[in-house]
Amino acid sequence: MNDMETQIPVTVLTGYLGSGKTTLLNRILSEGHGKRYAVIVNEFGEIGIDNELIVESDEEIYEMNNGCVCCTVRGDLIRVVEGLMRRPGRFDAIIVETTGLADPAPVAQTFFMDDDVRAKTRLDAVVALVDAKHLPLRLQDSREAEDQLAFADVVLLNKTDLVDDAELQALEQTIRTINPSARIHRTERAGINLDAVLDRGAFDLSRALENDPHFLGHEHPDHACGPDCDHDHHDHHHHHNHAAPIHDTKVQSISLRAGALDPKKFFPWIQKTTQIDGPNILRLKGIIAFDGDTDRYVVQGIHMIIEGDHQRAWRDDEARESRIVFIGRDLDREKLERTFLACTA
Amino acid sequence: MPTVAPLDLDGHCITATFINDIPHFALADGVVHRLDHGHKWAEIHDGLLSTAIDAAAGIIVSGGEDGRIQATDSAGKTTTVATVERKWITSVAIGPRGLIGWATGKTAGARLGDGQIRSFQHERSIEGLAFAPKGARIAAARYNGVSMFWVAAEGQPVDLEWKGAHTDVTFSPDGKYVVTAMQENALHGWRLTDSRHMRMTGYPAKIKSTSWSAKGKWLASSGAPAAIVWPFHGKDGPMGKSPLELGTRGDQSVTAVACHPTDDVVAIGYTDGMVMASRFSDQKEVLLRRSGEGPVTSLDWDKAGKRICFGSEAGDCGVVDISA
Repeated sequence: MNDMETQIPVTVLTGYLGSGKTTLLNRILSEGHGKRYAVIVNEFGEIGIDNELIVESDEEIYEMNNGCVCCTVRGDLIRVVEGLMRRPGRFDAIIVETTGLADPAPVAQTFFMDDDVRAKTRLDAVVALVDAKHLPLRLQDSREAEDQLAFADVVLLNKTDLVDDAELQALEQTIRTINPSARIHRTERAGINLDAVLDRGAFDLSRALENDPHFLGHEHPDHACGPDCDHDHHDHHHHHNHAAPIHDTKVQSISLRAGALDPKKFFPWIQKTTQIDGPNILRLKGIIAFDGDTDRYVVQGIHMIIEGDHQRAWRDDEARESRIVFIGRDLDREKLERTFLACTA
Repeated sequence: MPTVAPLDLDGHCITATFINDIPHFALADGVVHRLDHGHKWAEIHDGLLSTAIDAAAGIIVSGGEDGRIQATDSAGKTTTVATVERKWITSVAIGPRGLIGWATGKTAGARLGDGQIRSFQHERSIEGLAFAPKGARIAAARYNGVSMFWVAAEGQPVDLEWKGAHTDVTFSPDGKYVVTAMQENALHGWRLTDSRHMRMTGYPAKIKSTSWSAKGKWLASSGAPAAIVWPFHGKDGPMGKSPLELGTRGDQSVTAVACHPTDDVVAIGYTDGMVMASRFSDQKEVLLRRSGEGPVTSLDWDKAGKRICFGSEAGDCGVVDISA
């Protein structure tokens, strides 16, 4: 069913009004990269490009009738994506722009929960734009701003010209605390090489985490750095400015490490954990070493939806250890850690 | 032996249907092809999304990505019923006396027989539309149920509630039942006299095609390895009864169904492009077309019940003649 060759990649753009989403969209649509995009927007608004494949769609959130409150999809996206996919060949990829207040989970889950949509498209990445000047305020007054960061695979810290360097470092620290695995780019007027935003394969188990050789590989739990951090991981000599975080919000990330695990213990554990704590888990990602298995196992999830597969053989220079990160609200760190470590072979 | 006359088109066929006994094939690119003393076609939309067939009037009503609602006759002549600028017309419906309905987002529209245009709003998106057989009401499938608006009169709509996302709606030909297709791989029905619920579940896939048999005695549906055919002839409809399972295949799913105009027989299309017919009484099957290039999307019988036209996702369409 999931034929990578024919599946159309979908990029989800989140961000508050004024964060630069429209500027980025206009750049994607106007730059001469030779690719054609279908864009699904909530309102035509300020998109200045004459593109017949811009579709306006009302956000329509459907709770699935399976007793799980976090199993939500965007009904309007199912309809529009089905319509678009009946005329393939008109575009190479789809971009979904969400409203500023949107919860990214139903958008992302649509691409996993609807069989027809899943057969024809694949979620490529969730890209969050944040306005450097207003992010601290947004994080204080809205849950959605936090959710958007927690959900993101790529964060564009935009309008960096409006704040100074110390503020930027504090903002990055805050974003890292919420989401240690997102890739952060500082931008002005959403100026970014589009390769950093499009065709990321962030939900592709064979590619996910491959862009991130240091996934959770940092030894210092109090130092928040991420995949784009270029300091030397063997010689911990930090030059980072550990500014006081602005973060007084509830989303947290819990990174856990262990040695080789017993699959007979791990699978029941991850299933039970996502079933019980699913509503509070926004994203999870992990690389798992199973005892006696020569291949890496990668796992990822959104709320209660989890996917996992063998990715590739462990390299000789890689430590065979298991690493997993949970991003969510009201997570019990002690319990997660204790039960995860109990899966050790 | 059934004979197949293929018509290979380029693109996803939304609807294959007979209009005045002429086979028509409406494609997603907006071109309607017909086999009328040769292959003819007319481009009626820039992107076609939805259709409804008014057999009595001999027209196809269609909604497009171009915001137009078009009515096309069997000579290929098209008139624009209405236009909603920059919107996708995701469903259309027809009723008696020239009634035409359409929906985009949270708004439905209807053109009455006298040309008057009315508009109906709901707080949720309208996913499917159907007129009641006598045309007094128009039903809109939506999240958590169906709203039935009075077509020509003022007044509050009648709401039928059932939790979940309802994506399409149909009335039984006698107007006693309303049945919806749901996002959750189920049909749901209401008996209108007492709003009693009818749950029709157990499908492994979404139900994209339904068809009422002659006189509305049965409702056939896709979404399973067999055509699932529910009895509606008893006083309680399908409640407490098992459906027929016709044309069961182990490795394919049913994607389209169409009941014969007079007999208790259903034409069944599958994911691999195969088309069969099966009789309700003894479940006898006849192969009408071997597998093709893509899943069957649409099937229809001519008035005499002697020919079946079919369309597919891949565009390999055609007409099967079973009269020989």
